[in-house]
Order: sequence, then C-alpha cells, then structure tokens
Amino acid sequence: MTEAAGATSAEAWGLVPAVGLVVVAAITLGLLVAAVDSVVLAGGRPGAALDPVRSAVRSVLEQRRTTLAPDRLLWRLGSSAAFVLAVLSLAVVPFDGSTLVSTSADLVWFNAAEALLWAAVWLVGWGPNAVHSLVGGYRFLAQGLGYELPLMFALISTGIAAQSLRTTDVVAAQAGLWFVATMPLAFVVFLAGGAAFAFWGPFAAPAGSDVAGGVLSELSGPDRLLVDGGRAIFLGATAAMATALFLGGGAGPLLPATWWFVVKTVTLVTLLVVVGRRLPVLRPDRFVEVSWVVLVPAALVQALVVAVLALAGVYR
Amino acid sequence: MNDVVAVVGVSLGIVAVVLGVAVFVVDSMARATFALLGSFLAIAGIMLVLDLPYLALVTALMMTMEMAVMAVFMIMFMMNPAGLMPMTMVHNARGSAGAGLGVFAVLAAGVWLVDWPTRSGTAPADATVQLGEAIMGQYMLVMILVGVGLFATILSGTVLATGRGRYDRFGPDLRRSRPTDPVPGGLPR
Repeated sequence: MTEAAGATSAEAWGLVPAVGLVVVAAITLGLLVAAVDSVVLAGGRPGAALDPVRSAVRSVLEQRRTTLAPDRLLWRLGSSAAFVLAVLSLAVVPFDGSTLVSTSADLVWFNAAEALLWAAVWLVGWGPNAVHSLVGGYRFLAQGLGYELPLMFALISTGIAAQSLRTTDVVAAQAGLWFVATMPLAFVVFLAGGAAFAFWGPFAAPAGSDVAGGVLSELSGPDRLLVDGGRAIFLGATAAMATALFLGGGAGPLLPATWWFVVKTVTLVTLLVVVGRRLPVLRPDRFVEVSWVVLVPAALVQALVVAVLALAGVYR
Repeated sequence: MNDVVAVVGVSLGIVAVVLGVAVFVVDSMARATFALLGSFLAIAGIMLVLDLPYLALVTALMMTMEMAVMAVFMIMFMMNPAGLMPMTMVHNARGSAGAGLGVFAVLAAGVWLVDWPTRSGTAPADATVQLGEAIMGQYMLVMILVGVGLFATILSGTVLATGRGRYDRFGPDLRRSRPTDPVPGGLPR
C-alpha cells in the first residue's frame, strides 16, 4: 500500500502509535462535533458541551432494546461499520504533513468509505425489522442518489488541480493558492455531501421526526453510540478533509502548521453545525430533482473550469 | 514479503469464494446482497495487497454503490421492500449448479494450463498514473464508445421501465406549461 512518494505516519512512528493517533483524533473530532452541536442547541450555554460525554457513558451502560425477529447479524454489522468507516475515512486525511495510509488513490479511499457508509446505514435501517427504521434506511439511499455524484465531482476537481489523487499532494499543490479560491462550488458541495452522508442538518430526513427517528428509531445502548458517534466523526472528518483539500491544510502565517490545521477544522465544524442547525430539513424526493437538474451540471462545469485552469498552468 | 502477500491473497480468495457460495445459500435478499458485497470487498482486498490501490478502491466503491442501488431496486421491482419473505437465489437448481461447477472447472483448469507470460520490466512506482495514461491515451476511443453505449443502455432502460412518459406529464400535444406529476419535484417547473 505504501508508495515511494510521501512517507506515511505509520512508517514514521510505527503502525500501532499511528493507528492510535487516528482513533484518538477521530474520537476527539466526534466529541467536538457533538459538543458544538449541543451548545448550539442549548442556545449557547457552555455547560451543554459536556452533555455528549454524559450520554455516551449512559449509552455504554444501557441495556439494548430489541425488536421482534430482527436480523441481528446485519444490524450489528451496520452499526459497527458506521463507526469503523468514519474512522477509516480519517486515515487518508493529512495531519501534520502525513497520513496514516498513503495510497496513490487517497481521494477514492475517502469516497469508498462514504459509499460503504451508504450500505451500512441501509443495514441499520433494515436490521431491526421495523417499519420506521426501514423507511429511514430507504430515505438515506434515495437521498444518496442525489448528492453522491456531485460529491464525486467535487472530490475529483481537487485531484485534477493537483494532478494527483494523493491527499498530501493535494495539500502541497495549494502552496500558492488555496483551492477554495478557484473551486468554491466544489467546496460547498463537498461540505453538503459530507453532511448528507452523516444524515445531518438539512439532510437529516433519514432520521426525521416524521418517521419517529427513522434509521435511529430502534437503536439503543452501544449500537446507538456507534451510529451516533460514527455520524459525528464523519462530519468532523468532512471538515478536516475540506481543510486539507480546499483550505490549504496547515498553510498560514505565524502559527505552526498543526495549529493552523486545527484552527481551520474547528472553524469549519462550528460553521457546519451552526448553519446546519438553522436550515430546514430537505425532503429527499425534492432534493434529488434539485440535485440532478442543478447540482450535477454545476459540479461538472466546476470540474471543467478546474481542468482548463490546470491546463493553463494556474496550479503550478 | 512475497509470502505474506501470497498468504493474505489466498485467504481473501477463500473468503471471496465462501461468501460467493453464501449468496446462494442464505434465504434473505438482504443477506444475499451483502454476502455478494463481502465477496467483492475480499477481491478488492486482493488487489490492494497486489499493490493496485486505485483498482482495489474503485472496485470497493462501485460494488458498494451497485449493491446499494440493488436495494433500491428491491422495492421497485420485487414488491418485497423488507425482504422479509423467505426467498432463494437459486432457480433451476440442478442446471445452475452444473453450469456453475462447469465454468469453475474450466476457469480453474485455465489457471494451471495457460502458459502465463513472465513480467518484463519492473513495476511502476505509481500504478494509478500508468492506468490513467492507458485509459486516457491508447484506449481513449474504446472508453468513449463504452461510455456512450452505457449511457444509451441507461436511457433505454429508464424509457422501458417508466410508467409515465412525457405525454402523460405534458398532455397528448405536449402543450402543458407545467407537468402534472403525482409528486412535485424540488424545482418550480
């Protein structure tokens, strides 16, 4: 998996510490997202930041509820996969100049983790053999048909500009100009797509209150923690990846690169949460039409513009 | 190092075959779908240990989306959205088992009988770049033709499957300014 160019953190510090760092970073990011979210929900009361920790501990200790004749194997598989995939997607986010794994197709890695999440959430909906849960699972799939393609084009736009699918190369290619300057649409689509994969904010219809919580309705105990944690981590991973792909990674004056990366990621997380909580939930069937008629062509035009700029030598 | 690759590759191969068999053994549509996905993911793993990251990840990506879309089709065509009724993936059990075993035997024999060429030159540092150059250079025409063919297939599939065409939406003379749809879309048109 490892390549000649760009040393990975696994090579630099050994596999176990590097994996540990990614898991710790994932849990920190997840807690950050959940903390900011509960502060925003509580109307800015800072004490609410500790609520996610409390409910996480309660989830671990809680006894599981179950349903009549669930498909336990697939249900558990789906819940665990939601968490594992969120952590895996962080493995290719460049932190401090290196990633945990560096393949020559990092962007595809990130996208593959998202696609697998698609299947995992459907499993979470299907597993308990309950109607609201299943409706939520199918809503997630249907909504995915709308944002998956624009998200892919947004990801690939950065790859075209950097002329590499390796995330460390994408960061390095932004030495002169952050990609957000020439691909603002891809940036917005990427953030929206990430929020949609975490079925969060305006994309929360799969877990909507009109279907009694949808995919989340039958989850309890550790399973609930895994899925909710996976969503929060995934939203955080989206912010971190957007920092790397569009906001120049750790680039910035005075402060060291690591600090800039953290500052940008935390800002993006706050922005995502505050904006996301203020938007109404979109109906998946309406969103799919908007997506195919407006977003897909717009993302294609964005990729075309980037390709022309790349040929003109703007990114060198 | 080569031993490790061989052991991991063969184990993943066995996993792929076992999950492939599971597709025809389990009695639920969802389990069959995800057994098939697991089988494909094992094959993606084999490509990953063979140092072909792009092909491996694209296989994982595309197969996952394919299986997810299959789940959507489950409600569209099978009238069995929850897959709760026991079902079987096997029809004409004896004939299909014979055909399957026959094809497996032919392919497995081929592995041993074919005089495989030895590698000339060395592996490239970045197989992804090489793959991209091959697709976008030498085989560009083929890829364009395949793309147009696939697009035509998707269009004709949709046209055949749709229950409401443009005459239903815009009237027999296509004069309606707004289509009459049972469920309005997201755009004001």
